[in-house]
Amino acid sequence: MRVADRVLTSGRIALYRHPLLVRIAHWINALCLPLLLMSGLQILNAHPALYWGEVSRFSRPLLAFGSGDALAFPGWITLPAWQDLAGGRRWHFAVAWIFTANALMYAAHALMSGRIQSTLLPTGAQMRNIGRSVQEHLRLQFPRGDDARQYNVLQKLSYLMVMFGILPLMVLTGLTMSPGLDAQQHILTAIWGGRQSARTIHFIMAMALVGFFLVHMVAVVAAGPLTELRSMVTGWFVIKPDRKELR
Amino acid sequence: MKAAVMPRRRWLKRALSVAGGFTLSACDRLGQSDRMGSTLDLADGWTYFTQRLLLGRHALAQEFSPKDISPEVRANGTTNPDTEEYNRLAQSNFVDWRLAVGGLVQRPLSLSLAELRCIPARIQITRHDCVEGWSYIGKWTGARLSALLALAQVKPGAKYVVFYCADTLELTLDGTGQYYESIDLIDAMHPQTILAYEMNDKPLPVAHGAPLRLRVERQLGYKMAKYITRIDVVDSLSGLGRGKGGYWEDRGYQWYAGI
Repeated sequence: MRVADRVLTSGRIALYRHPLLVRIAHWINALCLPLLLMSGLQILNAHPALYWGEVSRFSRPLLAFGSGDALAFPGWITLPAWQDLAGGRRWHFAVAWIFTANALMYAAHALMSGRIQSTLLPTGAQMRNIGRSVQEHLRLQFPRGDDARQYNVLQKLSYLMVMFGILPLMVLTGLTMSPGLDAQQHILTAIWGGRQSARTIHFIMAMALVGFFLVHMVAVVAAGPLTELRSMVTGWFVIKPDRKELR
Repeated sequence: MKAAVMPRRRWLKRALSVAGGFTLSACDRLGQSDRMGSTLDLADGWTYFTQRLLLGRHALAQEFSPKDISPEVRANGTTNPDTEEYNRLAQSNFVDWRLAVGGLVQRPLSLSLAELRCIPARIQITRHDCVEGWSYIGKWTGARLSALLALAQVKPGAKYVVFYCADTLELTLDGTGQYYESIDLIDAMHPQTILAYEMNDKPLPVAHGAPLRLRVERQLGYKMAKYITRIDVVDSLSGLGRGKGGYWEDRGYQWYAGI
């Protein structure tokens, strides 16, 4: 399975980092998640308030957006761009099917290929040096040479959290809002403490994904946008030689 | 050299802004186009199919205890039909009101509220979920739709049950602004599907559909027609309203609202 490295000029090495299925899954996500966010905000516009528990205490929302007659979320961030709950729902559920099928395909591949163990789980040494890693990241310094061969510990932890924490939570809380599925599995609402809690968690997790996206973009730009983009398109990631070796 | 770089940069900027604007407005245009519309319909059909597969016919919506009944409730859509006839019926507590049952049945019926109360009833405390996202819990008392249909004797070939309502939500020239709804026979025969005449132990309030509203507990609120005047058993929805099986369905909402 392992593809051999390629040696490039001036000490750079290209290594095969992302298998085809991972790249496809990444770009399907990149397409689906903005559509889900924007159609989701369209749906939220219909009743821009969040509650905790089984039902809505209208006089005591946990969080309420917007004020007066204006839309809580403006047209440029919703899908469709005008107020259209029916349209938002149709987009949201159609894209959710694609997203979920893609996520299941990715998860099956990650589990069966051993990729979780080999690529995503931090090593003991990485966990021991997590403090240094945080400092380096805050200064936007990224590893070079052999250290760049594997994901950095913060990368690993955030990818694991998103793919096996936040995204499954999104799907499950989303399903919990379905009165049909709730009838089949009463435990769905029980897990979150009620349907309205599930709706609130769904929103908070969506915001967590927006946060992840922003950090992801900063990291990609800081680490070299072309190298990063190329690796997610072709699979080949180019690492520069360690500065020590150049000396 | 500088002259060559600037136009390129400007070109790139323009291309990016065009591409960005395109992707977003493209979604809007796609959503409006017939082909994309039918692709999204496909997803709705898939949702219906999957839920019917997973749900089974008899899975019951969760029922709650009296202490869970919401202190705050809300009513959506029409909160008072306010027609001359409706007001007249409401003034006399609906004693002159009749429910007509017809279509593909052996025995068409015309029932008063008192007669409806003689049909085997069910009391259930359930959660009402609005398509807008909010929920409340209420207690509902009503005649089982399955018992009513057994009384009327459904003919073979029947596929849907249609509910016609006293309220007009949108004024239109062709009358398609009148509220109506439809469900399939699986939901019609479901034990929790009732024609509710009481809410929280009191006669159904006007805002919630007096004197009679449908409860289809495994779907969203807009399926639960209020102010019902007539029930028809049919084999096709295509000739009704604008052909999509309900007031909101005719305006783009999913016919199957289990999600």
